[in-house]
Amino acid sequence: MTAVKVLRYELRDLRRSRWLLGYVLLLLALTDALLRFGGGGPRAVLSLMNVVLVFVPLVSVVFGTMYLYGARDFIELLLAQPVGRGSLFAGLYGGLAAPLAIGFLLGVGLPFLWSGQGDGSLAGALAMLLATGVLLTLVFTALAFLVSLLFEDRAKGLGAAILVWLAATVLYDAVIVLVATAFTDYPLELPMLGLIVLNPVDLGRVLLLLQFDTAALMGYTGAVFERFFGTLVGLAVATGALALWCAGPLGLARARFRGKDF
Amino acid sequence: MGSAVLMFALILAAAPPRRIVVAPGGPVPTVTAALRLARPGDTVVVTAGIYREPRLEVRVPVTLLGAGDAVLDGGGAHEVLTIRADDVTVRGLTIRNVGTSFTDDRAGIRIDGARGCVIADNRLLDTFFGIYAERADDCVVSGNVIEGRARRQTTSGNAIHLFYSTGFTVTGNRVSGHRDGIYLEFSHRVSIRDNESHGNVRYGLHFMFSDSCEYRRNVFSSNASGVAVMYSRSVTMVGNRFEDNWGPAAYGLLLKEIKDSRIEGNLLARNTVGLFAESADRLVVERNQFLRNGWAVRIMANATDNSFRWNRFEGNTFDVATNSQGSSPSTFAENYWDGYAGYDLDRDGFGDTPFRPVRLFSVIVEQNEPTLILLRSFFLDLLEAAERVMPVLTPEALVDSRPLMHWRVS
Repeated sequence: MTAVKVLRYELRDLRRSRWLLGYVLLLLALTDALLRFGGGGPRAVLSLMNVVLVFVPLVSVVFGTMYLYGARDFIELLLAQPVGRGSLFAGLYGGLAAPLAIGFLLGVGLPFLWSGQGDGSLAGALAMLLATGVLLTLVFTALAFLVSLLFEDRAKGLGAAILVWLAATVLYDAVIVLVATAFTDYPLELPMLGLIVLNPVDLGRVLLLLQFDTAALMGYTGAVFERFFGTLVGLAVATGALALWCAGPLGLARARFRGKDF
Repeated sequence: MGSAVLMFALILAAAPPRRIVVAPGGPVPTVTAALRLARPGDTVVVTAGIYREPRLEVRVPVTLLGAGDAVLDGGGAHEVLTIRADDVTVRGLTIRNVGTSFTDDRAGIRIDGARGCVIADNRLLDTFFGIYAERADDCVVSGNVIEGRARRQTTSGNAIHLFYSTGFTVTGNRVSGHRDGIYLEFSHRVSIRDNESHGNVRYGLHFMFSDSCEYRRNVFSSNASGVAVMYSRSVTMVGNRFEDNWGPAAYGLLLKEIKDSRIEGNLLARNTVGLFAESADRLVVERNQFLRNGWAVRIMANATDNSFRWNRFEGNTFDVATNSQGSSPSTFAENYWDGYAGYDLDRDGFGDTPFRPVRLFSVIVEQNEPTLILLRSFFLDLLEAAERVMPVLTPEALVDSRPLMHWRVS
């Protein structure tokens, strides 16, 4: 009950935030422009893929971290009241992740709705795009919570948040290339599969690419992936991995939040 | 009945015999009977009806003409028509239902050791092999529609199959649903023009050991791979379209062990690999359009002295990929690349800075195929940008030093 109250308060607070509005407007403008001038639906979805995989995690993790540092006084105030730490934490996370996820859905989904290009053959790819975006939002806000609770210093926290984003979008792929180069002489399909599943951004990228005929370009490894994710087990592993990326950092953050001396 | 046929034969023998009309219920009810009656130069007119007869063998130079909807049915059990005489014409017939065989290469129409035959405007449906020429020369195969229902390579035949057959002309045929649309083996000086080959489970057109052939203005679409030219020399490929050959191992044009050939004015669009060249030497590749392929050109280091000039590269994921490091055994000059970001200060139509069509990612992939899974990764985009500014890993010699600013049809 208390969690819902905190959540509602936060939603009201966030509504006033110009950040969120700007995020939604930017997504709206970008998606609309891509649909109008980008040469049709499938290509727009492919271009949006990069936005979802790079931009959404960045905004989620940076905005989330900044927001929590900003809300420090508010949290301390509430903690002085008879409010359970667990429900306060749940309310805070829900109040931040939900608006970001909904903002993303509106910003990308609405242009498809009003241009009427999101149906038919594109529906599967669009659904995958939206689902990936929402899941990445949840994952990276959870990471933002963890980061902001681990670092007392605001500047350090922000740096760490950007580092988390950098690791997931850039450094991790560099490691994959290194691993692939180091073990050229071995069959790499299964290790690759494992490595990709472990990173939410890469997982989202591959799942999205498999929705398009571009998947044929990914060669034998791509075919292995396609077969794996085509099975129920593969789908369960993929969603499980993303859920774990959300629940893991969140659980850690929650434990820290409960024991933290503010 | 027998005497009636005999009488008819006598009448034919008396008057200068020219036309034998086959009609169900008529004096000559079967094609078999008509062929027994026919003498050199005769015309056998097959009128509408379905003829289920044993294998027909043509041993004298006659013209077989379908009038109306004349259907020769193999009953799923045997070859339909075998031609063993020169100068035979088969026109306007429908031949169907030959049936798959694993022991012999049955065909709708077989030309066996004959020359000067014309196979035109026939429809062949569900014939294991459509038209099969063996040690035949200087025949014309034109305007036929050959449709099969092939699912796998091992249980299907080729629509048009030429074996040790020289000087053929193959024009205006529409072939689909076979193993290869058109297959040539040890067949020289064959001209293949204006055909359409689509939906075949292996290649739209397949050359093996066939020199001095040409193919022009054909359309190869949605085959497992478009055209494979192997172990041949002096092949002319002009004005063809290679489209939608899309799949994990699909090529628009696959070249292997081919020398001294010309590839000009073709359109290669939406193929996984547009042009693949392995051990191909002295090819002239000019004025072709490579549009929206996965790889426009994949050229192996053992392909030497090939010249790529005035081609258009647009919307491809990779323009050129190669496994050669450092040196480039082939030359690229004066092509149009949509990825070119240079300038043209003297306004001569050519960019002032060179263009390197080999992307860093394609270099990594060539050495290490599994990294393809990083397609469209942000990290690789960053690396790419860095490599553009300061090339380290991409082959230095593979460069177009005079890239075209605009592509104009010439």
